[in-house]
Amino acid sequence: MSDYLHLLNMQFMQRALIAALFTGLAAPVVGTYLVQRRLALMGDGIGHVAVTGVALGLLTGVSPVWAAVLVSVLGAILIEVIRERGHANGDVALALLFYGGLAGGVLITGLAGQSGARLQTYLFGSITTMSITDVLVTMALAGVVVLLGIGLAPQLFAVAQDQEFARVAGLNIRVYNVLVAVLAAVSVSVAMRTVGLLLVSALMVVPVATAQQLTRSFRGTLLAAMVLGAVAAVGGLLVSAAAPDGTTVAPGPAIVLLALACFTVSWPVGIWLRSRQRLRRPFPVVAAAAHQAVDTDEHPHEHGDDCGHVAVPHGDHVDYVHDGHRHAPHGRHYDEH
Amino acid sequence: MSGPTPPTTGAVVELTGGAVAIAGRPILRGIDLVVRSGEFVALMGANGSGKSTLVRALTGLHPLAAGSLWLFGTPYDDFHDWRRVGYVPQRGSAASGIPASVWEVVASGRLTHRPLFRPLGRADRAAISDALEVVGLADRATDGVSTLSGGQQQRVLIARALAGQPELFFLDEPTAGVDLPNQQMLADSLSILSGRGATIVLVAHELGPMAPLIDRAVVMRDGRITYDGPPLTHEQVHRADHADLAMVHVDHVDHGHHHDEPARHDHAPHVAAPLDGPERGSSR
Repeated sequence: MSDYLHLLNMQFMQRALIAALFTGLAAPVVGTYLVQRRLALMGDGIGHVAVTGVALGLLTGVSPVWAAVLVSVLGAILIEVIRERGHANGDVALALLFYGGLAGGVLITGLAGQSGARLQTYLFGSITTMSITDVLVTMALAGVVVLLGIGLAPQLFAVAQDQEFARVAGLNIRVYNVLVAVLAAVSVSVAMRTVGLLLVSALMVVPVATAQQLTRSFRGTLLAAMVLGAVAAVGGLLVSAAAPDGTTVAPGPAIVLLALACFTVSWPVGIWLRSRQRLRRPFPVVAAAAHQAVDTDEHPHEHGDDCGHVAVPHGDHVDYVHDGHRHAPHGRHYDEH
Repeated sequence: MSGPTPPTTGAVVELTGGAVAIAGRPILRGIDLVVRSGEFVALMGANGSGKSTLVRALTGLHPLAAGSLWLFGTPYDDFHDWRRVGYVPQRGSAASGIPASVWEVVASGRLTHRPLFRPLGRADRAAISDALEVVGLADRATDGVSTLSGGQQQRVLIARALAGQPELFFLDEPTAGVDLPNQQMLADSLSILSGRGATIVLVAHELGPMAPLIDRAVVMRDGRITYDGPPLTHEQVHRADHADLAMVHVDHVDHGHHHDEPARHDHAPHVAAPLDGPERGSSR
């Protein structure tokens, strides 16, 4: 135990924890808008494009992070343009960039004379080798993503919810579409060191998928996803640090698997909540059709607040549902509805 | 036809010689339409007659291939006062990939009044609750939009437009696929709006409970306006002296195969109709 605390006190570990916290907070913000547009895989597409960026950085000697930011922003804008021009072919645009980005990255890394191992630190993350500058850059970029993602939430929400309405409301929807794409590209580059380019999308999407099992509002989903993202990122790092000597638990996959574990827990709860809600949805009020009265003699059970039967509002009274029918107490008898 | 013509006084919407082409195919042509302040206009016609395209052209969602459009006495290109316009798009659902509460969807209607990076003010909140009140969904404000029925979601979309407190409403088939009680609720909401002095342009295939509210009917056929005048009763529609209108319904039966596509994709039927239908004289 004291070894573990000692490890947590080491500088590289503290830098990693700060980076994980900021990444975990920022990635789900963009992820929420991507999921809202049903573009959950866009983060993955940009992640693949960023591989080419990293490789270009290795080739030219520029910082791989900044090269990745630049190339993935360009890639994100390209995806947005293809999506806008090509209408329904958003997924095809993503596929083109997936493969182009990955193949280009591996090819250029080879040309740069770098080993695959060097590229792999970007593909699967290397959070424990971050320098102070890396951490500062991560904090700054994550801060920008969170600030814009939350500050412009009303506009981004409206554009993602209903583009035509947003356009008639006078919003420049192209600007906001590109903004989301650029924010996604920045988050990808930020999360690159934490979970790696191939797993970036998981940190953007899985917390959102988890949060929306339990929430009913957009705001609730966004905030819950940020908390879940931060918990998964920091928790995954702590788990990997706690691995006994002789075993290696890579932080990136640990973070993603922890996020998926959260989803696995929330999913059944979400299913239960939704089915409960469906059963209790009020019955529509229709003009009185002939209903049948059932005497209390035939139905000795007395319904009430805690009788165990599902109580559903129906106009001005409450129906009780059991054994495939529903009825309401009316004086001395029950009205079958 | 083109070139700035001085606007009619009191006109909220004025389209002169309007034509719309989608992807190079002509859909609407020779449209002259003036909507005056406070009017309740119903745009009617069969599926594929171009009524949705016309309303989308009036909101600027479809660019005009020819003609000039004025909104509130300002040429469309110079018009930026979008808070005066409310739009209810033709949409089956108000839901998206993320849960959103009824209140949140309605609140997005306040965007035209909100500067960037500012939280909602008291006036915003008051407008949102008023909008929910008008459509009768105040008690469902915190519920998820996706848990509502189709008709209720349609009312949410109307409340969203209402929250912006516009003077001019465009509604694109708000009653499509909505059950009768909900159609009645919609009609009641629109009646409140109209009573407050709003100008309403409503696209509808059938008026149903909204019929008594209409001041004027505009009937479209094959991308042209074929009738523009006082509202028609159900009986008049089927009388011979309104042959144009009767034709609309006959055509709808005869050319049913054009309208098989789901109503939401209004591009495809529009493309087929003007080229296929028998050539008729110009609009009267």
